[in-house]
Amino acid sequence: MYPKEYRYTRDHEWVKVEDDICVVGVTDFAQQELGEVVYVEVPEPGQVFNAHDEIGTIESVKAVAEIFTPVAGEIVEANERLKDDPELINDDPHGDGWLVKVKFSSASDLDDLMDADAYEEYVAKGKE
Amino acid sequence: MTTTTPLRRTPLYDLHVAAGAKIVDFAGWQMPVQYAGLIEEHRAVRTAAGLFDVCHMGEVRVAGPGAEAFLQRLTPNDVAKLAIGRAHYSALLTPEGTFIDDLLVYRLGAAEFMLVVNAANAAGDLAWILAQPHPDCEVTDLSDETALLAIQGPRALAIVASLAASDPGALKAYGFAHGEVAGVPALISRTGYTGEDGFELYVAPAAAPGLWERLMAAGKEHGLVPAGLGARDTLRLEAGMALYGHEIDRTITPFEAGLDWVVKLDKGEFLGRETLQRQKAEGISRRLVGFEVSGRGIARQGHLFRHDGAEVGAVTSGTFSPTLERALGMGYLPVGLAAPGTEIVIDVRGRELPARVVPLPFYRRAR
Repeated sequence: MYPKEYRYTRDHEWVKVEDDICVVGVTDFAQQELGEVVYVEVPEPGQVFNAHDEIGTIESVKAVAEIFTPVAGEIVEANERLKDDPELINDDPHGDGWLVKVKFSSASDLDDLMDADAYEEYVAKGKE
Repeated sequence: MTTTTPLRRTPLYDLHVAAGAKIVDFAGWQMPVQYAGLIEEHRAVRTAAGLFDVCHMGEVRVAGPGAEAFLQRLTPNDVAKLAIGRAHYSALLTPEGTFIDDLLVYRLGAAEFMLVVNAANAAGDLAWILAQPHPDCEVTDLSDETALLAIQGPRALAIVASLAASDPGALKAYGFAHGEVAGVPALISRTGYTGEDGFELYVAPAAAPGLWERLMAAGKEHGLVPAGLGARDTLRLEAGMALYGHEIDRTITPFEAGLDWVVKLDKGEFLGRETLQRQKAEGISRRLVGFEVSGRGIARQGHLFRHDGAEVGAVTSGTFSPTLERALGMGYLPVGLAAPGTEIVIDVRGRELPARVVPLPFYRRAR
């Protein structure tokens, strides 16, 4: 269910590290909780954020969720396809539904993140 | 949850869980908010049919020689004009003319009525009703002995007809009759809260799960799907229907909410009449409007309207419309800004979202 090579946050986001770039998305659990996504607001490339800053929003019919960046750094790319196909987040949350790529400034930001097993347990506990 | 009040379940709860519904807490009840997906359920109701569990609604029987006179005083619509076998939309108003709740009044007999009220207000409504002098009539809470299924959409008639002992098509909108559906004794009412044709079936709780399953089976070939509270909300919003706690509450009068037709000022005394007569003469200062968002984003309840930099009102309901595929909503604006076409901005979490006032309802079914 949750890719082993990703890292996960308590806000139900995933992070895939590619050299000095983090690809960030929301987890399958998060998209299920939100329901059908209809708008996604992601930052413009070039913007710089601190770790845990709010960088955008995901809106479903019923709810809105904030997107936080798990790492400090500069946005190098935002997923342009989400403008016209926000439902990619529902259809493929761990793949085509990615949100942003962040060039991270401090690798230690990654230390707090959970691995797939820990995240799965975290989700299971929340459901109890 | 900080409250220790146990959440209640409808007789259909187990069926919802088995169908994979997502369950949420609503007005003290564990209710299905969606099954396969809100948008899909919404579109099924607009194009085929949807089945809703609305057992959480409250039912109150008012009966006795004084029943009509009591309801004339209690509610603003004209109960004297309500024929046996007909229902009408009405309200419980404070002496100030503001909403305690909105409701349906069913005339079961010359001296027998049923009121159907919102789940969230049911206990408070009953206490309010009982606290009013009600000579020569009895007020009984029927909520625990009444289950309610709503089947809504253009195929609802065909589905109910296939299971009913008598022709439900003979009922006019807001008409009802006692009959049988799938062998289950039911009060069959041609009413709903979606902007579509459809029926609401009042039955005994023990019979509800069986009836639900029979309707689902008979409806399969018609495209019937179970639909949750999520779709119920987007459907009623497109149809421009008020929801208590959003468009109407104890601060809002029917005139402000655009529900003038519910208020029959010349029918005689009723609670709130004096204030409403004054408001009618003096005019209202704010009114409910529909709006469409021009930018990207969704305005939701509590977001503020601004005009020329000033805060001028607030959104009462807002969503993404699955039928119109755009963000829209309702809210209160000063009458000077309430005309369709007026440009406003909505403060959505610190961002200014442009929007435009449009006529209500957003959606009207083809007849």
